Amino acid sequence: MFIVDRRLNPGSKSLENRQRFLRRAKALVQGAVKKTSEGRDIKDVLEGGEVSIPLDGMHEPRFRTEGGTRDRVLPGNKKFVEGDILPRPDGGRGGRGSQPGEGDSEDDFRFVLSRDEFVDLFLDDLELPDLAKRSLAEAESEGLQRAGYSTSGSPANISISRTVQLALARRVALRRPRPQTIAQLEAELESCEDEVRRAELIAEIEALKAKAKRIPFIDPIDIRFRRFETVPKPVAQAVMFCLMDVSGSMSEHMKDLAKRFYMLLYVFLTRRYRHVEIVFIRHTDRAEEVDEETFFRGPASGGTLVSSALQAMSDIVRSRFRPADWNIYAAQASDGDNSIADSALTGRLLTDQILPVSQFFAYLEVGEASGSSFEMPDSSLWTLYQRLRTDGHPLSMRKVNERSQIFPVFHDLFQRRRNQEKAAP
Amino acid sequence: MTATAERLFEGADWDFPKLQRIHDACEEIAKGELGLDTYPNQIEIITAEQMLDAYSSAGMPLFYKHWSFGKHFAHHEAFYRKGLKGLAYEIVINSSPCISYLMEENTATMQTLVIAHAAFGHNHFFKNNYLFRQWTDANGILDYLDFAKSYVAQCEERHGRLAVEVTLDAAHALMSHGIDRYPGKKNLDLRAEEKRAKERRAHEQSMFNDLWRTVPTGPVKSAELLSSERRRKLLGLPQENILYFLEKTAPRLQPWQREILRIVRHIAQYFYPQTQTKVMNEGTATYVHYRIMNRLHQQGRLSDGNFLEFLQSHTNVVFQPDFDDPRFSDFNPYALGFAIMQDIERIVTRPDDEDREWFGEIAGSGDVMGVLRNVWANYRDESFISQFLSPRLIRSWRLFHLHDDPEEAAGIKVDAIHDARGYRRIRRELARQYDVGYIDPNIEVVDVDLAGDRRLMLRHVVVKGAQLNETDAKRVLQHLADLWTYDVSLVEVDAKDTVLKEYVVSPRTLAIAA
Repeated sequence: MFIVDRRLNPGSKSLENRQRFLRRAKALVQGAVKKTSEGRDIKDVLEGGEVSIPLDGMHEPRFRTEGGTRDRVLPGNKKFVEGDILPRPDGGRGGRGSQPGEGDSEDDFRFVLSRDEFVDLFLDDLELPDLAKRSLAEAESEGLQRAGYSTSGSPANISISRTVQLALARRVALRRPRPQTIAQLEAELESCEDEVRRAELIAEIEALKAKAKRIPFIDPIDIRFRRFETVPKPVAQAVMFCLMDVSGSMSEHMKDLAKRFYMLLYVFLTRRYRHVEIVFIRHTDRAEEVDEETFFRGPASGGTLVSSALQAMSDIVRSRFRPADWNIYAAQASDGDNSIADSALTGRLLTDQILPVSQFFAYLEVGEASGSSFEMPDSSLWTLYQRLRTDGHPLSMRKVNERSQIFPVFHDLFQRRRNQEKAAP
Repeated sequence: MTATAERLFEGADWDFPKLQRIHDACEEIAKGELGLDTYPNQIEIITAEQMLDAYSSAGMPLFYKHWSFGKHFAHHEAFYRKGLKGLAYEIVINSSPCISYLMEENTATMQTLVIAHAAFGHNHFFKNNYLFRQWTDANGILDYLDFAKSYVAQCEERHGRLAVEVTLDAAHALMSHGIDRYPGKKNLDLRAEEKRAKERRAHEQSMFNDLWRTVPTGPVKSAELLSSERRRKLLGLPQENILYFLEKTAPRLQPWQREILRIVRHIAQYFYPQTQTKVMNEGTATYVHYRIMNRLHQQGRLSDGNFLEFLQSHTNVVFQPDFDDPRFSDFNPYALGFAIMQDIERIVTRPDDEDREWFGEIAGSGDVMGVLRNVWANYRDESFISQFLSPRLIRSWRLFHLHDDPEEAAGIKVDAIHDARGYRRIRRELARQYDVGYIDPNIEVVDVDLAGDRRLMLRHVVVKGAQLNETDAKRVLQHLADLWTYDVSLVEVDAKDTVLKEYVVSPRTLAIAA
């Protein structure tokens, strides 16, 4: 008899089968992922979890029979006698098999996705449009990357641990006497009376000391330097400006919608792109650049001047992000209210300063839950942007009034496009 | 009995020396007192996650890759995570050495139970039952699975994953009809099979000569010459093993596709005895563990507390809810098998007049293990029930038979209950519930239209009005047509040869096989 302990064997033997399954069911799972995420709280959107897909698409068919005359033997008879006729339970077993195939494909297949699987499916086929249009060509910077150790190099790059390790190995190999051994012999010499023995000890100590001198503690051959290699790194520098209206006219519902949108954007950018800067700007009648925490959670209220945010963005671009080197994106969310007087300034800022340097400008208009966006008269901002767009400026505009619309709109704005296609208006 | 030996273990913890002691103690009883004949044992300790892995590949330690296993894994995992389903305490594989997987979180008592159950009960059954001896090759199965796995992987490399997946999908759909139900002349030897496959490929490679293509083949025989009967004989028709038929005769399959069909067919054949002996297999294992555990307790090797723990889980295992109980789904094979075997033990040792009348041969013969070993070796579920379900057991389980004819508007008829008129009828009907001949639809390849459009013709003989599920049948036929690459038709006929329904399916694309 053998006993084998398999517990330490690498687990997840089924991982590959699972991936095959997911790949095959990708369209279905993706749909399910989006559906599940609609109902979730903004923080849990990407937490993974259970999804259910219609079993139909993943069905493994077999020849199987149904209907006909059925005979069954069952245990636990209480009161039946031979010849009794029992009424058929409604829709239960024993029903007529006249509608074959019905009802067997509606069952849902439920299973759990891990966080990574969930996010991958969730953000699959999204990307920033027109990324790297200008900077990729010239700006290939050299990056450094660790590449093992070498025997020569700059003193700044000495690897102490590796050097000491090698020195120790060499000392052990060459049997360099340890200082303790010499000290011990010297102590013995101190207390030793016997002349012959003393002479022996002295000779031995001398020999050891000479040997210790011959074999250095650290030899130049021990020294190792950390080696670096330069690797060309394509730089696709991008910055996303998130402009959010937090003025008094925005209701809680509208703010929630806007925040959901930005949260998605934030997750999307941080998961997908390593080198994307995100600038958060919120505005009332004044605009301020804030950090992520304040942007998503800080309270604020006041009047509305959209131009203030655009002005702030324009200033930041000028001071920190040279349009020649950076891909600039902006996403603006607002309820569309803006003072009439501000319209002209807003339009001018956009056309003269922002749109010429931006790759992509998305405008999201949030509305109240009850109203349908098609019945409401167009807001002042919407009218303005509409006019700019007809003039040929690269603006994308969407309206949202329900939570469930957020993901479709987001997906619509950022879905992967073929090269020649421009961002959909 | 007095306590003759020291305790195997105290408490719930186990370690490897203890497992060894437990195994040796069980073996002593199994071999010495019960006279069991087993393959050598290999006991493997696994975690819950590994158990889930094993679930998804039909319990086998290695298997080729396919998405459907991933689907099963996801399904089991979701149920397990939600706590809807516990995991099995063990999985045992019909191989030599006989591999039993034990879960690491079992207590020492559970490990003892599981070793007695799997490593001796199932093991003896695998080695001795005639179906397993006839259809499976315990020595070769692991090697064959290894071959199958690497062969499928190689095919994926050479021919692309999609092509292999399509072939496997189709083969899986036809898996239940890739079985030889009756033994032919040859003995199944998986190891030789694998060698043959290799040799065949090597031979083909070494013999390849492009010139042969250009040799004129002579005039084609006219269609009239091939009379229908001769054609059917040449093709080996009628043939109920559809996968075998495709492997041998499908006109446009690639060699590797035939090999894959062969692999799926062999694996289906390997599992075929298991579906026919569920009740007996589990009954045997349960009976054996019950005897061994009782004996260990008698010998004083198992403390009273541990024995009570065993009794509790044993009772759960053999629990059979009544038909009106919400927990009822069907007969519990553990309960049914164990009950009949205990009943046999009673008949052999303490028969009453009724038993003498019904079971004259074994009643009172006194040699319980001799009778049971004979039963385990020579029966399957269907014959086992129809031989050994006793009137007393029918009474105590209060079995009754329902006859549901959809034409009968009034309702379902109670056809027999546990009385003198009903015993034989109940026994016959219950045995029929376990007869694969009744469970699996009877579908045969009957002809191929060689003269015309090469249509493959199948025929389903409908039993008791049970026709095929239409959606599924269409899908399976689609797979079949894809492999055959010409039209496939299936007619459903009843016993009087009236055609009830006809399906015709055309292949989706020729590109797969071309």
